[in-house]
Amino acid sequence: MAEPANSVTTDVSIRTADFDAGAEIDRLRLVGVGAITTFSGIVRNNAQNPDLVAMTLEHFPGMTEQEIQNIVEQACSRWPLTAVKVIHRIGRLLPQENIVFVGVASSHRQAAFDSAAFIMDYLKTRAPFWKKEETSAGTYWVGAREIDDMALHKWTHSS
Amino acid sequence: MNILYFAWMREHTGCAAEEIDLPDGVSTVADLVPHLASRSDGHATALRNLKTVRVAVNRTHSALDTSIKQGDEIAFFPPVTGG
Repeated sequence: MAEPANSVTTDVSIRTADFDAGAEIDRLRLVGVGAITTFSGIVRNNAQNPDLVAMTLEHFPGMTEQEIQNIVEQACSRWPLTAVKVIHRIGRLLPQENIVFVGVASSHRQAAFDSAAFIMDYLKTRAPFWKKEETSAGTYWVGAREIDDMALHKWTHSS
Repeated sequence: MNILYFAWMREHTGCAAEEIDLPDGVSTVADLVPHLASRSDGHATALRNLKTVRVAVNRTHSALDTSIKQGDEIAFFPPVTGG
């Protein structure tokens, strides 16, 4: 278990505005450590869903920020992190638009990789967001996937 | 107390939030559900299958057996699908 980090820069942003992953990496570089891992989630437009016109993300204002901050704090107590940035967009998004960004900075490669995956796995199962898809056949709410719960399992049942 | 509904649950109930008084004899979320379900056909539909419903009491993930009291904020929503 890592020492609880006491000089971690964390920032959680829920917003309609787009993000620039490159600019976010540049900001994470300012903390001056040896490793940065980032994840960008993008609205799919592939063979599984060729009819997708757009998706609208709804959330629970107040609880969302609090849940993600909790997730970030758990990551900070588990790995030696120096900076964490989480951006999640809400509102109507078109295929290929950005949805979510997670960026972590650490002195250690494995901590950077693992904590970014941990934050995404927890975000997908704990943060109160809901997706509604618009397709050429109509609109429907996206169902939760069991595979996301299984992804969480590995963080609570590993040695 | 303030009751909130999100996503398809809100579409069924026709409201995102409603203010109610804690009914007599209600001490958990599960106790409250039949009172909410009786408010309209849409409420009944939204709360018909509790396996597909998640709950937050005062913005903390909770369960049907979580204790509640007058003044609490109770949110009902489907399993989350962000990220």
